[in-house]
Amino acid sequence: MAEKTVASVQAETAARREETRAQERYITPPVDIFETKDGLTVIADLPGVEQHALDVRVVDGVLTLHGKTNHIAPGTPIAQEYELLNFYRQFELPEAVDADRISAQLKHGILSLHLPKKEKAMPRQIEVQVS
Amino acid sequence: MPIANPWGDLDALRQEIDRTFRTFWSDRGSQHWRVAFLPGHGARQYPLVNLSEDEGNLYVEALAPGVDPKSLDLSVLQGTLTIKGEKSGLAQVTADAYHRNERAAGRFTRTIELPVQVDAGKVQADYRNGLLLVTISKSEAAKPKQIQVNVAG
Repeated sequence: MAEKTVASVQAETAARREETRAQERYITPPVDIFETKDGLTVIADLPGVEQHALDVRVVDGVLTLHGKTNHIAPGTPIAQEYELLNFYRQFELPEAVDADRISAQLKHGILSLHLPKKEKAMPRQIEVQVS
Repeated sequence: MPIANPWGDLDALRQEIDRTFRTFWSDRGSQHWRVAFLPGHGARQYPLVNLSEDEGNLYVEALAPGVDPKSLDLSVLQGTLTIKGEKSGLAQVTADAYHRNERAAGRFTRTIELPVQVDAGKVQADYRNGLLLVTISKSEAAKPKQIQVNVAG
């Protein structure tokens, strides 16, 4: 599955650099993608993303993962090893994936996506009739 | 009484520079996630933690997605906090089925030195959305004391 994290905005509709500066810093979440018998499974680490702040969509054969983190640690910071930014990553889906039947699950900051193959891409056993 | 911190901007700049270098050297930052579980990797730091404080408490926030909360084991000893746990891997996936394998899994242990004296009896831990937040109460000696001024006459 080819990665496709590209800027998709048009030059004339794009906001100026200063306006988007806060938004353009993203973390690329690490993912596992593997094949199963009936499709593909995508697993992504998205710590700090609530269910309602996660946007998973498929547009024109491109899968987009967009998770907004909205976590403010209490108190004043003493030492910081990480910064919780928003997550963003895109993948180009193979044509055999049935986009209508994609299912997603979020648990403990891990997103599991199941992308089933289209029926016609599945191997089909043809019974031979003996007459 | 809040006092404007003149070093705030400078600190923000320093962090920005640190971040730029970190991402430059470690190739998009996400590489850390894999390296963290390599056996024998001496300088591994997993999970990454953020430390913050207020008057009464110290907060340790750890970035640990996919950890079974039951496997977490926290202990406070002599001014250190130890976080142990296990990030479970994927079972029954053969190597040739992978298109990408960027996430890592395994057991981890990390000990953090706490900057102030704490009350080991008052520790609370919450695991939510892959983030572990440990709230540790400061010991009475480390808390700021309000001193009453007596006015004579």
